Amino acid sequence: MSEQRQLRLVVNGEVRTGQVEPRKLLVDFLREDLGLTGTHVGCEHGICGACTILVNGEAARSCLMLAVQADGAELLTVEGLAREGRLHPLQDAFWEHHGLQCGFCTPGMLIAAYDLLQTNPTPTEEEIRAGLSAVLCRCTGYHGIVRAVQAAAECLRGGEE
Amino acid sequence: MKPSPFIYHDPTSIEEALALLQHYSGDAKVLAGGQSLMPLLNFRLSAPTALVDINRIAALSYIQQEAGQLRIGALTRQRTLEFSALVREHLPLLYEATTLVGHLPIRTRGTIGGSLAHADPAAEYPAVATVMEAELVVQGPKSQRILRPEEFFLGYLTTALASDEVLVEVRFPIPPPTSGWAFVEFARRHGDFALVGIAALLDAEGEQCRRARLATAGVGPTPVRLRAAEQILEHEGLTEQSIEAAAVRAAELVEPQSDLHASTDFRRHLTQVLTRRALRQAKARSQERQG
Repeated sequence: MSEQRQLRLVVNGEVRTGQVEPRKLLVDFLREDLGLTGTHVGCEHGICGACTILVNGEAARSCLMLAVQADGAELLTVEGLAREGRLHPLQDAFWEHHGLQCGFCTPGMLIAAYDLLQTNPTPTEEEIRAGLSAVLCRCTGYHGIVRAVQAAAECLRGGEE
Repeated sequence: MKPSPFIYHDPTSIEEALALLQHYSGDAKVLAGGQSLMPLLNFRLSAPTALVDINRIAALSYIQQEAGQLRIGALTRQRTLEFSALVREHLPLLYEATTLVGHLPIRTRGTIGGSLAHADPAAEYPAVATVMEAELVVQGPKSQRILRPEEFFLGYLTTALASDEVLVEVRFPIPPPTSGWAFVEFARRHGDFALVGIAALLDAEGEQCRRARLATAGVGPTPVRLRAAEQILEHEGLTEQSIEAAAVRAAELVEPQSDLHASTDFRRHLTQVLTRRALRQAKARSQERQG
């Protein structure tokens, strides 16, 4: 075993600590050390987007970060989207509009959509498609996902869904 | 796959980072945003003895306006550039190219210095630095040197950086307010590496063109300045005919490789089409700004 490093970070609002080899990927730390298996490991080279999480409020690939790089950071994973037992409007919209089938890409889709809507609360369909091109879906197809993000955007703006 | 073991350092000052690079004399890699290096580590295509992670060097992240230039710290994230009012106002070409770098989650981590130092010939920033005649500030253990893009990019994924040097700053001259710009590219899927990209910058007055600058991405081991095509525009002005002539000339000036993604002929064809589009758009923007 090579050297171990201590880390301390905030994940979904809770302080978490751990001890890792420097080469451990952040996504593996989340899944194996913290038991947060909602974030998925897909391609492991930054293409598929299934492992996308929020790092200090901004979407990033957790397969392209070392766990040690997240020392002191604040993370949000798909497990942190729901509040007090209520699904996030994005999750509700994915449910309503058939935004998922097998669910493998869903954690990445939700986080990428979350970041898209916080940087652009009123995206056009084209902007949604460009934003979601950061995550690959291989089964449902994108129509339902795009409709879900449109509905969630409206809901988050306070309109009628 | 997972990275093979390495010794990890995360210095908080540039001096510390340089000392570490000197210590490992070529066996250490600099880790910036990690959007290119991490995949190489994950696939074990790269297995350095040590990683010098520069992400905790806060002094390398800034955007400053000085002496007619925007000076950008090498660790400045692409996302920061995308949402920077200074970049949007003074370097609209850099802004436009930034929106084409990967996807937003990639730009969250990816840095301007990392992209330039990685020197992928299909990447946007090397072409932008080339067309804008940026200055690349390289820091070594004892001294600093300032390189032009033509001196910095030596070949496929190869730069003039020595193993104990770090790219610390990029200086972009701010173009005249009436200049026109465009970055256009063709990629199979949104956010993919472009098959061909063209960066254009025009200093124009009406149809007269004081200076034209054109550079490519994806059609050679380094960005290519299309000087002979630029000269057509400077001599003949920005008419439809001269734009067409420049586009034809551009395609003659490049020597693209054939690969899995596109043939030589297709890339040459794209060079002509995209040069025409870039010039038309840059001309229109220049005219718009002239009122």
